[in-house]
Amino acid sequence: MTSALAFKDLTLGYDRLPAVQQLRADIAEGSLTAIVGPNGAGKSTLLKGVTGALAPLQGKVDLGSLERDDIAYLPQQSDIDRSFPLSVVDLVAMGLWREIGPFGWLGKKQRARVDAAIASVGLTGLESRPIGSLSGGQMQRALFARLLLQDAHLVLLDEPFTAIDARTMADLIEVVRSWHKEGRTVLAVLHDAETVRAHFPETLMLARELVAHGPTEQVMTAENQFRARQMCEACAGPPHVCGRDAA
Amino acid sequence: MIWEAVIQPFADFGFMRRALLGCIAVSLGATPVGVFLMLRRMSLTGDAMAHAILPGAAVGFLVAGLSLGAMTIGGLIAGMAVALLSGLVTRVTALREDASLAAFYLISLALGVLIVSTRGSNVDLMHVLFGTVLALNDAALILLCSIASISVLILAVLFRPLVLECADPQFLRSVSRLSAVTHFTFLSLVVLNLVGGFHALGTLMAVGIMILPAAAARFWANSIGGLIFVAIAVAFLSSLSGLLLSYHYSLPSGPAIILVAGIVYAVSLVLGPAGGLIAQVLPRRPLQN
Repeated sequence: MTSALAFKDLTLGYDRLPAVQQLRADIAEGSLTAIVGPNGAGKSTLLKGVTGALAPLQGKVDLGSLERDDIAYLPQQSDIDRSFPLSVVDLVAMGLWREIGPFGWLGKKQRARVDAAIASVGLTGLESRPIGSLSGGQMQRALFARLLLQDAHLVLLDEPFTAIDARTMADLIEVVRSWHKEGRTVLAVLHDAETVRAHFPETLMLARELVAHGPTEQVMTAENQFRARQMCEACAGPPHVCGRDAA
Repeated sequence: MIWEAVIQPFADFGFMRRALLGCIAVSLGATPVGVFLMLRRMSLTGDAMAHAILPGAAVGFLVAGLSLGAMTIGGLIAGMAVALLSGLVTRVTALREDASLAAFYLISLALGVLIVSTRGSNVDLMHVLFGTVLALNDAALILLCSIASISVLILAVLFRPLVLECADPQFLRSVSRLSAVTHFTFLSLVVLNLVGGFHALGTLMAVGIMILPAAAARFWANSIGGLIFVAIAVAFLSSLSGLLLSYHYSLPSGPAIILVAGIVYAVSLVLGPAGGLIAQVLPRRPLQN
C-alpha cells in the first residue's frame, strides 16, 4: 500500500500558536478517511495545511507525486458570495478550471460533462437557476458537482454534511463512495460518529496531537474519544498556552 | 424641436462633440470596472482610490503646471502606490483590506494637501477636482480613448479569473496562482480609469460614473454580461443628458452628468425588476423549475 500523503512531524498553527502538533501519519492511496476530534482539535487546520493555504510551523506535509491541482478542497464555510450573479451551470463549470484554465473555451464536450455532473448530484432542471435561490442542501449538491468535475486524486472535505437534510446527505455520501471506488483518496472532517462508522473505513482521531489512526472500529472507541476530549480540555486554557480555537 | 434640443448643440459646437466623445470613452472603460467593484463589494474602494490619486495629480501640477502628462503620471504613481501597499499589507499582515486601504489613502491625501499648501495653492487645481469636460484637447481625448481601449481589452482577457476572484476567491486560490495577479491588475484598472476620468469629470466625480451606473444596473440584470451592458447604457444616457442639461441651463457639466446617473439609480431602485422596491413589495408567482 503506497501512501498518497504523509504528515511528517507536522505542526500547524496561527501566529506561531500551534493548533496541530507533531502529527505523524500516513494516508494510504485510495483510502477513505474520516478526521474526527473535539472542537478545537485542529481538524480544519489540518486540511488547510494539506492545501498549502497554511504553511507548517514545523515538519511538513509530504504530498509525494501529487501536484497542487490534483487536490480538490471543499471548505466548511465556503466564502462564495451567494448574491453574486452566477447560475448553477456557471458554478459547477468552475470545476473544469484545470482543463480549460482562464482562457479556454467551454466546448460541447465539456458542457455535456457539466450537465452529467449536475445530473449525478440530482440538480437536473435547476441549471439556469441563480445560486442565490438555492437551498443549503442544493448549494452543497452544486459544490459536490464542481468537485466531481475537478477530477482530483485527493479530495478534502470539511464538515460536508453539516446543516443539510438527510436525503441530500445520503445522495452526497453516494458521491463520496463512488470516489472511493474510483481509487481517489478522500479525507473528510466529520463530527457525526454514526456517519463515520457507517461509511468511512479509516479514521484519524485528532486532539491537536494524534490520538489514534487506523481502521474505524479500532479508532472510534469510547476510550479514545474520552482521551481526545481530555487532551483538548487540557489545552483549552489561556490562549497563550495552546493557541486559539482553530477548528 | 428634438433636433434643436438634442442634436444641434453637438452639430454646432466642437467642444460639445469632444465632451461627448470623452464621456463615451470614460463610460466604456470605467463602467465595467465599476460593475466588478460593486460585485466585489468594493464600491467604496473606488472612492478611496480617487482620494489617493488627488495628491499625486496635484504634485504633478505643481512640478509641471497644467500639463496632462505630469498630472496623469503623478496620479498613476500615487494611485498605484496606495493600491500596491495596501494590498501588500492585507496579504502579509493581519489588517483587513478596508482598514489598510483607508490608512494609506488618508496618508496620501494628507501628504498631498501638505505639499500643495507649502508650495502655494492655485485656483487651477479646481480643474483636478471638478474636471473640464467642455475643454478636452486632442491629447486628453487620445488619453481617454486609450485608457478605455486598454481597460476593455484587459477585462476581456481577465474576465474568467476576475469573476472567480469575485465569486469564490478561495476556490481560485486552490486551483491557480492567478489570484494575486488578478487582484492587482484589477486595482490597476481602477486607478487607470480614475486617472482618465479626472480629466473629464474631476477626481471625485470620476468615481460617480464608475459606481452609479453599476449600482443602477443591479436592479435590471441578473447576469454579469447583462449588468455590464445595462451599466454602459446608463452611463451613455447620463453623459448625453448631463451634457445637454449643462448646455441648455448653464450647469457645471461634471455634476450634471453624475446627477443624471443618480436619478437613473433612484428610478431603478424603485422600479427595477431585479430586487427593486416595487418588485419586493408586489406578490409574485413562484418560479417554476
